[in-house]
Amino acid sequence: MENTRVFVGLGSCGIAAGAQDIYDYMETELKPAGTDLEVTSCVGMCYAEPIVEIEYEGERRRYGYVDKKFADELLESVKTGTFPEKNLIAQSDEGKEYLDRQVKIVLKNCGIINPESIDEYLEADGYKALTKCVEEYKPEEVVSIVKDSGLKGRGGAGFLTGLKWSFLAGAKGDYKYLVCNADEGDPGAFMDRSVLEGDPHKVIEGMLIAAYATGAKEGVIYCRAEYPLAIKRLNIAIKAGEEKNFIGDNILGTDFSFHLHVKEGAGAFVCGEETALMASIEGKRGMPRLRPPFPANSGINKSPTNINNVETYGNVPFIILNGAESFNKYAFKNSYGTKVFALAGKIKRGGLIEVPMGLTIREIVTEIGGGTSSGRPVKAVQMGGPAGGCIPERLFDTPIDYDSINETGAIMGSGGMVVMDDSTCMVDVARYFLAFTQNESCGKCTFCRIGTKRMLEILTRITDGKGEMEDLDKLVELAEHISKTSLCGLGQLAPNPVLTTIKYFREEYEAHIKDHKCPAGVCKSLITIQVIPDKCTGCTLCARVCPVSAIEGERKGIHVIDPETCTRCGLCIEACNFDAIEVV
Amino acid sequence: MACKDCSNAVLEEARQIVKQVGSEPEKVIPLLQEIQNRHSYLPDNLVEAVAEVMEVPAADIYGVATFYSQFRFTPMGKHLIKVCKGTACHVSGADLLTASISDELGVEEGGTTEDMLFTLETVACLGCCSLAPVVMIDDKVYGKLTSSKVRKIVKEYKNGKH
Ligand SMILES: Cc1cc2nc3c(=O)[nH]c(=O)nc-3n(C[C@H](O)[C@H](O)[C@H](O)COP(=O)(O)O)c2cc1C
Ligand code: SF4
Ligand code: SF4
Ligand code: SF4
Ligand code: FES
Ligand code: FES
Repeated sequence: MENTRVFVGLGSCGIAAGAQDIYDYMETELKPAGTDLEVTSCVGMCYAEPIVEIEYEGERRRYGYVDKKFADELLESVKTGTFPEKNLIAQSDEGKEYLDRQVKIVLKNCGIINPESIDEYLEADGYKALTKCVEEYKPEEVVSIVKDSGLKGRGGAGFLTGLKWSFLAGAKGDYKYLVCNADEGDPGAFMDRSVLEGDPHKVIEGMLIAAYATGAKEGVIYCRAEYPLAIKRLNIAIKAGEEKNFIGDNILGTDFSFHLHVKEGAGAFVCGEETALMASIEGKRGMPRLRPPFPANSGINKSPTNINNVETYGNVPFIILNGAESFNKYAFKNSYGTKVFALAGKIKRGGLIEVPMGLTIREIVTEIGGGTSSGRPVKAVQMGGPAGGCIPERLFDTPIDYDSINETGAIMGSGGMVVMDDSTCMVDVARYFLAFTQNESCGKCTFCRIGTKRMLEILTRITDGKGEMEDLDKLVELAEHISKTSLCGLGQLAPNPVLTTIKYFREEYEAHIKDHKCPAGVCKSLITIQVIPDKCTGCTLCARVCPVSAIEGERKGIHVIDPETCTRCGLCIEACNFDAIEVV
Repeated sequence: MACKDCSNAVLEEARQIVKQVGSEPEKVIPLLQEIQNRHSYLPDNLVEAVAEVMEVPAADIYGVATFYSQFRFTPMGKHLIKVCKGTACHVSGADLLTASISDELGVEEGGTTEDMLFTLETVACLGCCSLAPVVMIDDKVYGKLTSSKVRKIVKEYKNGKH
């Protein structure tokens, strides 16, 4: 069919959901018929993966939940021209709820174009912003446009990007570096992965514009090793960019030159911190160091260096092409533009979203995300990962902007948003994050190293039911010391998850300490697993899955769990088809 | 500081690796990554041979290697299982998956089965959080898992189906 194009979303999580199999399957049918079958990436509706989109006579229809059987239906409809209504995910009420409030600047091309084709990027106005820069603007003009846009760094700290660029532009030194921070360490966040997999050229173009504006000669994209597909697509994009003379010497026939390569991380969360990241690029242990000197004066190999996050660079081409006002018209308090969030956890529609500043958390969680996946009451949303905090449901009318989020005690962070319902224990969450930071501390500062260990011990004691009320004061006191005496953000912000949960969910801590109860039914020392006799059919399944043989019972007889032997692993609960096992 | 245990073959491989990746100080991490790509871990004698070729103390290279969690110092099983314990997976029951895989294989987190078929590790986030909980086996990611589903998948690997 000549007027038909079929797109399959092959981002990492699409592939994980089976999209590659669907692609291969459809290929065998479509290729011989001469129908265009194309690769695209994450369109952000990850909850509905695998996703297939069909363009027919100029109209696009996006289908989700595509398995082989449904793929057959779609293949048939490509032949007949009559399309199913079922599983339409964008052109449906649900899809509208998910999409209508979003404004896509960074994610505009993601899931729409083929990320491995520079031509498709060019068709989507790609590299026009770069061309405009070298043809129409002086470097300092580019810096001031970015300043005027109000763009702040999307990697966490929220520093004004244009201002940062002006530091590098003004720094002394012939050889300057530009770094793209794609270390994305926040466990539960995948914004940068999706952008790099879905639209690598946009980030590269943002870097090129930054290089032109600041005089940088060499660029490094420092990417997490866990993102092999992002690394692959970046390398393809760089090569294509070099062939078309967007990257390399005498770019677009001018005397502007810039070289770019990818550096793979090696699994250390602290390397997301800018000074640690530069040490890692130099081939050293990734230990943060004191600032000043700031990277703009002494960065990689002591040369002036500018570091920005993936999403920060991803905003730049739009700003240049459309002007600062097109960006800062999305304004709320001191924040401008949009923010990309990775919506995950116990959320009905999890995925990648981009919203204008000022939307409230409630609008994101209930309207875009559709509430909890379990249908249970939502309890909190975690923002900012190990450096951030838990915002309780009663504060969900907080708008998304840097200042308002900070006021809650959480941080905007890089965009991880993990939704929690009433089956999530907030003490366990605090303990979880502290265990994470404790494990990732580089060990340089005493309080970050030892203090987080003490806090973790106390939290473990509380989740074991052995805590005391004084422990809460001790936690707050330790938190203060750690924040004050730590060298880098990892230590300084590590107490946030603990402080916010104590602040907003104190009663849950008290239940663990005073009543020896975990209200959410999570902390193993404080719960008992038992069979509900009325519901048990005696199917014996639970007894077969129990790893420690704690369950006894005859076939068709009521089963009983021996609380002494049971390790509360929960496997039997999941196995029972009759909801006959409960946590008390 | 010649390497005592380095046979000519090992030295030859070290030379090859250094030639391929480069010997500048900033190449240490890519060099280690290349060694691990080839052998699935960092064999002592090869690291020492690389140090010798680069004319730097092996201790310097180990200093870098031990800092990064990506690097392994013991051989890995044929299949590498990584259970994600990022935030989204944690609140969606990642511990259950670790428990059932551990039970299925008789190996603790961080360990390798005696038959050298499986190594069980955890990872901070695989970037597929909307499919939580997630497990990666070799290059393949499995999402929306339950303990019974993951058991079934692990059994398939045991039986050589993948
Ligand atoms: C422990 C730690 C981890 C960090 N991880 C990241 C990261 O994964 N990605 C990122 O862009 N910034 C991360 N940052 C922030 C960077 O240090 C830096 O502020 C940022 O890359 C600057 O870019 P921006 O101005 O565009 O936000 C981290 C900071 C700390 C303290
Ligand atoms: S605060 Fe922690 S991670 Fe940061 S430098 Fe100090 S010890 Fe290292
Ligand atoms: S699995 Fe459920 S129904 Fe079956 S024996 Fe166990 S408790 Fe009873
Ligand atoms: S919770 Fe685990 S240990 Fe306890 S009875 Fe169930 S399966 Fe056995
Ligand atoms: S990875 Fe496919 S929609 Fe997100
Ligand atoms: S938290 Fe498990 S994939 Fe991100």
